[in-house]
Amino acid sequence: MSFAGHNLDCIRGDRLVFSGLDFAAEPGHALILEGPNGSGKSSLLRVAAGLLRQAAGTLTWNGENVGGDPDAHRARLHYVGHLDAVKPVFTVAENVRFWAGLRGQDDLDAAAGNALETFGISHLADIPGRMLSAGQKRRANLARIVAAPAPLWLLDEPTNSLDVATTAVVRDLIIKHCEEGGVVMMATHVPLDIPGEDVLRLKGTQPVAVDLDEAV
Amino acid sequence: MTGLGGLIVRDVQLAFRQGGAAFLAVMFFLLTVTLFPLGVGPELTILARISTGVLFVAALFASMLSLDRLFQADYEDGSLELLVLSPLPLPLVVLAKCTAHWLSTGVPLIIAAPVLALLMNMDEPGYPVLMLSMLLATPCLSLIGAIGAGLTVGIRRGGVLLPLLVLPLFIPVLIFAVGAVEAAINGLGPRPHLLVLAALLMGALALCPVASAAALRLAME
Repeated sequence: MSFAGHNLDCIRGDRLVFSGLDFAAEPGHALILEGPNGSGKSSLLRVAAGLLRQAAGTLTWNGENVGGDPDAHRARLHYVGHLDAVKPVFTVAENVRFWAGLRGQDDLDAAAGNALETFGISHLADIPGRMLSAGQKRRANLARIVAAPAPLWLLDEPTNSLDVATTAVVRDLIIKHCEEGGVVMMATHVPLDIPGEDVLRLKGTQPVAVDLDEAV
Repeated sequence: MTGLGGLIVRDVQLAFRQGGAAFLAVMFFLLTVTLFPLGVGPELTILARISTGVLFVAALFASMLSLDRLFQADYEDGSLELLVLSPLPLPLVVLAKCTAHWLSTGVPLIIAAPVLALLMNMDEPGYPVLMLSMLLATPCLSLIGAIGAGLTVGIRRGGVLLPLLVLPLFIPVLIFAVGAVEAAINGLGPRPHLLVLAALLMGALALCPVASAAALRLAME
């Protein structure tokens, strides 16, 4: 398993976010995206997930073009973005169970119970989402990626608003996922020191006017 | 429940738990129709004459009420990104959401319709056809509305733009739904109108989820 991008260009509005970008995320080596605010870390993760179309370049999984079978690509990835996707009227357990069920998980109660246990929020299982703090919401969101296993994790600042202990839990999970041969791509400002991590530094382009026709 | 079934159950539960969408749609339907006898006057023949049109236009606005939340709520809390990224094909996800919308607003309207028809002094032969054409028309409203909801997701004040986009598309549904009931009341066969309505529903089932999914993908960028 390996996930790679070749010669990627990303344009948002009329701004060139990055161009000619190559990356390779190998199993066992978490790929950490570093760079100042606005340098394109989130955009790169959205491109990798298929939420944002790249202006040029290709993404490959085991050497095969991802664009050829987008359904299979979505089935193999977990994306954690800035928003937590926790429904205020559903309990924590219901939230996690729904996302696991959507990805075809069978034994939802066990999967969700185990995931909540991992993040130490079993006691919140029956609490509705609107009562949660920001950190608890983030934990409920991260619990969903534990509840339904997928090989590729695309994490955008996963440790935002988490306390020190839970940040360590996230670190351990990433290490475990890497050891099991999973692929992790993560944007973070908090140094997590994952053993064997690769770092991709995004410089961030100056805002320049792009001739869209030429770039595409 | 897994996959699409789970999504339908979730959306119906959400509709009932946050603000009772079904209750709101029916109340709106009821109040709008009640205004007509007050506005037009209690002339029974006039009420009977306009009853079909009033019922369908009111039902149309009532199902419109909750359409702007079809994707907007999921967009705002990040759920829409995850739904787009789910392994299920996006048009099927849209279809599941439309089904849930129909179950939570369309079905209550169908149930309320004959009671309100009584209020409007509708002629007796119209009732069974009214139910049948409501049954065919309300899913069309959810499906066609999903295109507008997809196009306006993420736009501020999109709820105002949505009716402008969608109401013109509802015209054929309105014409044939009203036509069927009028035909039955006038002793003509409602069958041709109902068949056209069924054809509209089939067309909407096939095309609208795909169009709405394309609009949602654009909204993600």
